[in-house]
Amino acid sequence: MRRTARDSEESARRVNRRALLMGGAMTAFVAVLGARMRYLQVDQAEKFQLLAEENRINIRLIPPSRGQILDRNGVLIAGNEQNYRVVITREDAGDMEQVLHRLQALIPLADEDVAEVVAEAKAVSPFVPITVADRLEWEEFSKIAVNGPTLPGVTPEVGLSRVYPLDRDFAHVVGYVGPVSERDLAELENPDPLLQIPKFQIGKIGVERWVEDTLRGKAGQKRIEVNHVGRVMRELDRVEGQPGDDIRLTIDAGIQNFAQVRLGEESAAAVAMDVQTGDILAIASAPSFDPNLFVRGISTRDYTALTENDHTPLANKTVQGAYPPGSTFKMVTALAAMAAGVADEKRTIRCPGYIEFGDRRFRCWNHGGHGAVNLSRALMESCDVYFYELAQEVGIDNIAAMGRKLGLGERPDLPMSAIGAGIMPDKAWKQEKYKEDWRVGDTINASIGQGYVLTTPLQLALMTARIASGTAVKPRLIHRVGNQTLPIDPAPALDIDMTHLAAVRAGMFDVMNAERGTAKRSRIVDETMLMAGKTGTAQVRNYNQGEAVAANDSLPWRLRDHALFVCYAPYDNPRYAVSIVVEHGGGGSLAAAPIGRDILLRCLTGGIPPLSAYPADQRNRIESQFNDMPLRAFGPEGPKPSRA
Amino acid sequence: MSFLEYRIKSAPTGLRKALHLHWALVLLICAVASVGWLMLYSVSGGRADLWAEPQMTRFGAGLFLMFFVAFVPIWFWKNMSVLAYGVAMLLLLYVEFFGHVGMGAQRWIDLGFIRLQPSEMMKVTLVMLLAAYYDWLDPKKVSRPLWVLLPVILIVLPVVLVLMQPNLGTSLLLLLIGAAVMFCAGVSLWYFGAVLGLAGSAIAAVFETRGTPWQFLHDYQYARIDTFLNPEADPLGAGYNIIQAKIALGSGGWGGKGFMQGTQSQLNFLPEKHTDFIFTTLAEEFGFVGAFSLLMLYGLIIAFCVISALQNRDRFSQLLILGVAANFFFYLAVNLSMVMGMAPVVGIPLPFLSYGGSVVMVLMVAFGLVQSAHIHRLR
Repeated sequence: MRRTARDSEESARRVNRRALLMGGAMTAFVAVLGARMRYLQVDQAEKFQLLAEENRINIRLIPPSRGQILDRNGVLIAGNEQNYRVVITREDAGDMEQVLHRLQALIPLADEDVAEVVAEAKAVSPFVPITVADRLEWEEFSKIAVNGPTLPGVTPEVGLSRVYPLDRDFAHVVGYVGPVSERDLAELENPDPLLQIPKFQIGKIGVERWVEDTLRGKAGQKRIEVNHVGRVMRELDRVEGQPGDDIRLTIDAGIQNFAQVRLGEESAAAVAMDVQTGDILAIASAPSFDPNLFVRGISTRDYTALTENDHTPLANKTVQGAYPPGSTFKMVTALAAMAAGVADEKRTIRCPGYIEFGDRRFRCWNHGGHGAVNLSRALMESCDVYFYELAQEVGIDNIAAMGRKLGLGERPDLPMSAIGAGIMPDKAWKQEKYKEDWRVGDTINASIGQGYVLTTPLQLALMTARIASGTAVKPRLIHRVGNQTLPIDPAPALDIDMTHLAAVRAGMFDVMNAERGTAKRSRIVDETMLMAGKTGTAQVRNYNQGEAVAANDSLPWRLRDHALFVCYAPYDNPRYAVSIVVEHGGGGSLAAAPIGRDILLRCLTGGIPPLSAYPADQRNRIESQFNDMPLRAFGPEGPKPSRA
Repeated sequence: MSFLEYRIKSAPTGLRKALHLHWALVLLICAVASVGWLMLYSVSGGRADLWAEPQMTRFGAGLFLMFFVAFVPIWFWKNMSVLAYGVAMLLLLYVEFFGHVGMGAQRWIDLGFIRLQPSEMMKVTLVMLLAAYYDWLDPKKVSRPLWVLLPVILIVLPVVLVLMQPNLGTSLLLLLIGAAVMFCAGVSLWYFGAVLGLAGSAIAAVFETRGTPWQFLHDYQYARIDTFLNPEADPLGAGYNIIQAKIALGSGGWGGKGFMQGTQSQLNFLPEKHTDFIFTTLAEEFGFVGAFSLLMLYGLIIAFCVISALQNRDRFSQLLILGVAANFFFYLAVNLSMVMGMAPVVGIPLPFLSYGGSVVMVLMVAFGLVQSAHIHRLR
């Protein structure tokens, strides 16, 4: 079949027409592709560039090193320790179990730990390092470093972790740090992004917690490039953070240690304060605990031991414990009475050993009665009846007002945890709390620091400091932040007549130094350091009408009286005030006053108290007592270099 | 046209044929292939041995093949058309048979030095066969139903086989290539209108039957369509590829991030970055300027083919060249639409850029045929 040339020409033209049509369609589509390219790459470039950067760049925070906590002379209380740990990376290790087995020969590592590490490593991407062991000794750490070539994937690392070299001494004041919990985050309105770092440590209680913002510092940042599975490819740049500021406390580590050791295993509290500045020199609660346990992660066994101990080592008794002040409250009643004009140094009241009010009989501790007592004798011999009588005339509201002037019933503003306000009751308080009217019997009880009155050891020290100095000093705990020594505001004078204060001080002097003073055995004989004080014995249970007051020795520990003691010295130029509470210690003069004297002397002399300050007949006993005290040796004073 | 006519019209012979090669086309192809090697070098993170070098070797073999095919007179290839189509069909059936034996979606035959995909071969042999068919057929009869039905059967047979592999992308391409040749041969536009109408109804049917036991497509194919319609819905699953591809493309901006500096590809956010999605790396590293330049190179290749077809007065040659051009166009049109988020992800490589041997070989043979037609055209 031959086609004609005309047919052929015709069909070729047709093909050409169709070819041009197809070419046109292709061109149109290429134009669409070009337009789409332009739309994505030019019009929307910014949006996609942002998305690409988000894909690529992760911002990681660099935790700053935490500020150190030092005592007033620069002794390290809380520092940062290099923490040697070893991590393993699955993809570099190859056979993980074999590598870990070799590691077991170098460092103590339990089989269960190995299994745990292997399981953990399998759960994450192969390039994520897993911590195998933490807080290694330097020797172990160097062994691993030396054996590096036989341990593929194993990397020794150095981090910083908190350490408390004075362990027990500052557990209650300084507290401890721990990893951020969900609860911590929930409490904060605008949490620092640092807190999102896994296992980042923040202050949990005590100064660590309340000065957290100063100690923490500012996070640094590094921008890192990651690939599609999150592997870090390189670091793009880094901005170093700002380490936290160091803090110096007003506390003297030597006095603190002395107080802590002196309290021993009693359930007790001691506070020593500078009466002029309010600086707290020692604030010890016993028994104590080692805060390092909490930083490292306390075992259930240790924790149970702490919580089940009936001496409550975890409680900070100095600020948290609320005790009836007992007779140490009598200065408040006396000052209130003098301010109200119902008492002066001369007025005497006859003490028959009890008073009767309504159908109740309120006994003096001396059932035989003191006879005629004036203010000085009432304090010296701690006559209850004298104050029962005054209180009825003054009324509770005046007493409460005086108590508040001296710092009772108010929450001291200190960076510590669980600070209690105690109770300084008055008529309105009772109405509010119990919906009952105040009774005169309540006033009588309150006049000798029983009944509703509750105070903390810190408040008792503050009260004593205010009486001694005649100024409204405020307790201070922070001496210096960074390089800035905090200024001390001059304390305003107390709104109390100076002669009244002098009368009370004279009474407190007699307590220690007069022949019949209740704490005469605990006096200081050194003429330059004569002390004034007041003992207190607080009942912890109510005696029924007519029931004989049992001797403490015959009672179980829980039911024995609290022993209290407040004091200051030197009498003629007061510098330090001390308060002591020994829970269930029995009488204040026996259980508390000797401790108060020792701590006071430790403050005054700046070292182990000289035996010459003690009455001659006590020196042998005191000497052996000091020899038995496991005191910490502090090197030459001055800032210790941080180990970090 | 016959052997006799060649003799009469004094077509170039021997090595003089080299002077009559379409050198511009050869250069354009080499240019695109060079871009491909550059990108393969980049996506492998600066390694030549991983993808770039094997690809260069294949291209060199392909170039040799192209010259060989080009130097053989076009009438010889016309006579081979039926045979070539038959062989390709047998190979398709062969892989289909093996697929059923238990190799899953096996699409290639391993020849040792190359993995031959019969479906890729079919793209060229189908064009050859259809061109030969319309050369043989009286141009007056092209729109008669019987003579339309025959090429439709020739097209549909391999399309069905490839679809059963299953390879939706390639079967669609085969269909489009066949249709393009029929269109150029002058088949009445009414047929195309009817087919388009039917296809529209079929698509409607595909979606209507979704979720029923007699649904037409695989679930993964439905999923791909869903992803296309709304990729943001599953950003870490089905939509991840296309979202990351768009981010790579878009973040390239005007001038790109620089060679080997594309964060999306260098940091592995891009999927299939050396095969189907290689264009995104180019667009990211060389920006709109680079991407558009590549598009222009492709456009020129197609334009030169169409112009060559218009210059040619032999019906077989014309249809063959147009078929090859259409084949090339559909490759890049589908691939670019896919990576730019305009079409579902169907697994079509970008010609001369994506890593892979079959496509290069088949395309070089196809362009060899174009050259042969160009050299041996009537003057």
